[in-house]
Amino acid sequence: MDIFLTYLKVFAVGGLVCAIGQILINKTKMTSARVLVTFLLAGALLEAVGLFKYIEEFGKAGITIPITGFGKSLAAGAIDGAKDGLFKACTGGLAAVAAGLTAAITFGFVIALISKSKPKST
Amino acid sequence: MDKKEYAELVKQTSPKTKEGRTILLAFVAGGLICVIGQAVSDALSALLPAFDKKDIGALTGVVMIFLGSLLTGLGVYDKIGYYAGAGSVIPITGFANSIVSPAIEYNKEGIVFGLMAKMFSIAGPVIVSGVSASALIGVVYFIIGLFK
Amino acid sequence: MKKGRQTYITDKKIYIANTASIAGVDEGKGRLRDFFDYVIDESEFGCKSHEKAEIKLRKHAIESLLKEAEINAADIDAIIGGDLLNQLVPSGFSAREFDVPFCGLYSACATFGQALATGAILLQGGAERVICCTSSHFATAERQYRFPLELGTQPPPTAQWTVTGAGCALLTTAKPKYKCPKIAAFTLGKVIDMGLDDPNNMGAAMAPAAYDTISAHLRERGVGADYYDLIVTGDLGKLGRELLCTMLERECGAVKDRVNDCGCMIFKDRQKCGLGGSGAGCSSLVFCSYLYKTMKEGGLNKILLVPTGAMLSKDSSLQGESIPAIAHAVAIEA
Repeated sequence: MDIFLTYLKVFAVGGLVCAIGQILINKTKMTSARVLVTFLLAGALLEAVGLFKYIEEFGKAGITIPITGFGKSLAAGAIDGAKDGLFKACTGGLAAVAAGLTAAITFGFVIALISKSKPKST
Repeated sequence: MDKKEYAELVKQTSPKTKEGRTILLAFVAGGLICVIGQAVSDALSALLPAFDKKDIGALTGVVMIFLGSLLTGLGVYDKIGYYAGAGSVIPITGFANSIVSPAIEYNKEGIVFGLMAKMFSIAGPVIVSGVSASALIGVVYFIIGLFK
Repeated sequence: MKKGRQTYITDKKIYIANTASIAGVDEGKGRLRDFFDYVIDESEFGCKSHEKAEIKLRKHAIESLLKEAEINAADIDAIIGGDLLNQLVPSGFSAREFDVPFCGLYSACATFGQALATGAILLQGGAERVICCTSSHFATAERQYRFPLELGTQPPPTAQWTVTGAGCALLTTAKPKYKCPKIAAFTLGKVIDMGLDDPNNMGAAMAPAAYDTISAHLRERGVGADYYDLIVTGDLGKLGRELLCTMLERECGAVKDRVNDCGCMIFKDRQKCGLGGSGAGCSSLVFCSYLYKTMKEGGLNKILLVPTGAMLSKDSSLQGESIPAIAHAVAIEA
């Protein structure tokens, strides 16, 4: 039962984040790059002011799988690094998302090498 | 007819976005992708007890990015996006889609100037804004730390 | 003979002796499937890229036109036409296959109107046979104007679908043995900008240009809208057609039953084409198949073909420019 409740919360929070994004798209005709940037910065900001962890406790993957989670990792890495001086404060963010970025770039590279655009039809 | 009058006519005649339908679809699709992410995360923590919470989080991201890239390569992700809208853009799989799709599109112009150069034509702003914001946050926290 | 500010009445008889049409996969599943000369079976048409496929589409269309008309490339005085891509790559590159003078034109999706008008001018000036050809391809237009094909985006409710295909027409002053439609007059359009700036709503951006050209044509030629059996615009789509009718009806009464749009005619309703087809190939494909064949068989006698075009680029939209639009009208009479 517990696990069911957890997943329900994940679904609700994740769905809610995306629904807010859809409202933004419908209202402002934003393109996907703008939506991604907006939510990334929102995640980073929430982490910077210390609110992200409360949402994460409740919604788990519902807030970390959306791009807000990527923003949170960037901010958290920088905040962590700031304890070790200015240098780490600047590099900590990118270091924290190294795994995700490396994955995106290498998977992207390999998959683009071996695949072709599929025909699109009406 | 002047510009203002015409703009009003266009506004009245244009078909409207089906707000309810698009938002509901985005909610369901986004929620489902997050549930898959949670399942991946739970499975990884069960399989790899030696990893701490942070590493499991990063690894979950890697798996989801792989799934997004794969579905893009198979030509499926854009079909999901047709219905899901923001529901498939905002999850990290959508970030992967925004990297892989231009890479595939421009593969024909060669690996260096096509694939590699155009890979970030959509995701570039995400990385630039994210890294800049994190550096800013780091510096702010560092300065605050000086006064503690 | 010039009549009024924008309209020209042809002095010589300018026959549209033959047409050829080659349609994409989805167009071949649409309403006009039985009218196309050839339907390709995959979007790349056996080529390595969609751009190469569009070049091949044009080459095929022109070759089959020559075959159908039983003439050689040497009998052609000029190939004129255009497409939507930067530097008119498909037009120029397909023209290198023929040993014929070439003239590339650009009026975005209204290029077919410009080509027919330019062709008529050349024939008036002494040329004997001219081929007018325009084309578009969904995948090449998507890449240049919008997003990579595999990007998961949701089309807004006013979006249209770029037609894949090429249509070409042979204009000649030599009287053919059979009865065929003639270009009686044409009106060159002005660039009209009503300040709309949504690149996903081209129909609304182009409708005022179509209205401006049609009303100038009717006024300067001195005829009413009911002179024509059909006034057919290029790619306004459902919304643009409705806006055009609203504007025309203020001026000349009910016209809805005699105004149609190639973009509305080409696809079936259940096809996910948004508000209809668009693209430089839309008007040429529909004219060179359904409209021409119907005219030849006597189903339509007088039509006013008004290809419509939005002169934007991806960068102009990003720089905050609104969308200027153009429409050229060509009166074609049996």
